[in-house]
Amino acid sequence: MLDLDFSFQRDDFCLHICTKMDAPITGILGASGSGKSTLLAVIAGLLKPQQGRIELDGRTLFDAKTKTWIPPHQRRVGLVFQDGQLLPHLSVHNNLLYGYRNIAPEQRHFELLEVVKLLEIEHLLERKANALSGGEKQRVALGRAVLYSPSLLLLDEPLSSLDERLKNQILPFFLRIKAECKIPMIYVTHSPREIDFLADEQLTVHDGRMSDGQLQIK
Amino acid sequence: MLTQPEWQALILSAQVGLWATLVCLLPGIGCGWLLARKNFFAKPAFEALLFMPMVLPPTVPGYLLLVTFGSQGVAGQWLKTHFNIEFAFNWKGAVLASAIIAFPLMVQAAKLSVQMIDRRLEQAASTLGANPLKVWLTVTLPLMLPGILIGLIMVFSRSLGEFGATITFVGNIVGETRTLPLAIYSATHQINGDAMAIRLICISLGFAFFALLLSNILSRRAEKWLGVNRA
Repeated sequence: MLDLDFSFQRDDFCLHICTKMDAPITGILGASGSGKSTLLAVIAGLLKPQQGRIELDGRTLFDAKTKTWIPPHQRRVGLVFQDGQLLPHLSVHNNLLYGYRNIAPEQRHFELLEVVKLLEIEHLLERKANALSGGEKQRVALGRAVLYSPSLLLLDEPLSSLDERLKNQILPFFLRIKAECKIPMIYVTHSPREIDFLADEQLTVHDGRMSDGQLQIK
Repeated sequence: MLTQPEWQALILSAQVGLWATLVCLLPGIGCGWLLARKNFFAKPAFEALLFMPMVLPPTVPGYLLLVTFGSQGVAGQWLKTHFNIEFAFNWKGAVLASAIIAFPLMVQAAKLSVQMIDRRLEQAASTLGANPLKVWLTVTLPLMLPGILIGLIMVFSRSLGEFGATITFVGNIVGETRTLPLAIYSATHQINGDAMAIRLICISLGFAFFALLLSNILSRRAEKWLGVNRA
């Protein structure tokens, strides 16, 4: 379970979040610039809030009072970016194993072959990232994050750069990951259709005015 | 065919160029990364200081080197006493002079290559369990590679052409500090030295052309390896 109660401020932008998330897939909706991606960056440890506390499964990731701050590489929180962010100098095979190799063997819950098969990317393994289509890149990015065996998987508008046909092809893979891998996910998007298809619980970032903003449970 | 002094000038130039390139490599990468990624007190002044050799007349750094690292200079005496290293009037001084003049080129190439890296790639690596050192070694450094290669070749090429700082700091000694440009200068001041000057000028033209050609080929290969498409 993810327990959030923090404030993050940068220039005029202020994000106040106070909520708990424990659904298998939590969908977060909101307009562009409302702070959805900032929220994920804070959870992943890429941005540091000024106040509050963040707990994941009882483990404190951030606490302003005790000055606790777990850096991103120690959080075991996977993040799939909007455009995949595959490492361009590595093959798909080495991209997939990048996080897998950073954890101890006993922490690995998934193996390369099963994930590759699940996401139907066997034929892409020797290619470089720039030789992949948008949909292939996102499937590889998803596989790479899953192979890291994270406690929580954050998905930052993973389908926003794809056309409808590709979106329809990829969406079922998220459900497969949910069913097979049992990793809790937070799925950020501005597409209600994606949320309806995937999410067990739905939250909304309000009006893009984060100074008064909060997450509301629908 | 080349004469013995011409061969000496050629080999010495290559030796000085290679050593200057090696000397500039790690500090150049470090300074380039620092300037591209970190904000610190007096950063503009630090950057201005680093790039000063590019805008100063080369005789100025040459004279300052002579005053500092010469046999009477504070650093020169200290290095001689403690490590038995001498820079004045030998090829090591020529390396130091070349490295200082060419260093900004390495820094600039490294800095630009860091600035072109999408930081989200590094963030992606950190969310996959890579600590900052591993992110730097497995993401930042490989992605800097085309810039580093260009920087190295520019440093080598600039070292081959270094004249002012070298002649001021270490003089023009045959077989010790007389590199290609100094040999050309000497030849043009000799009676009947035109033929030698022309041969050395042709070698310099060839060196410069092939260094730039190599820079282009290597950076294209590095970009291809990184998956960068360009026209």
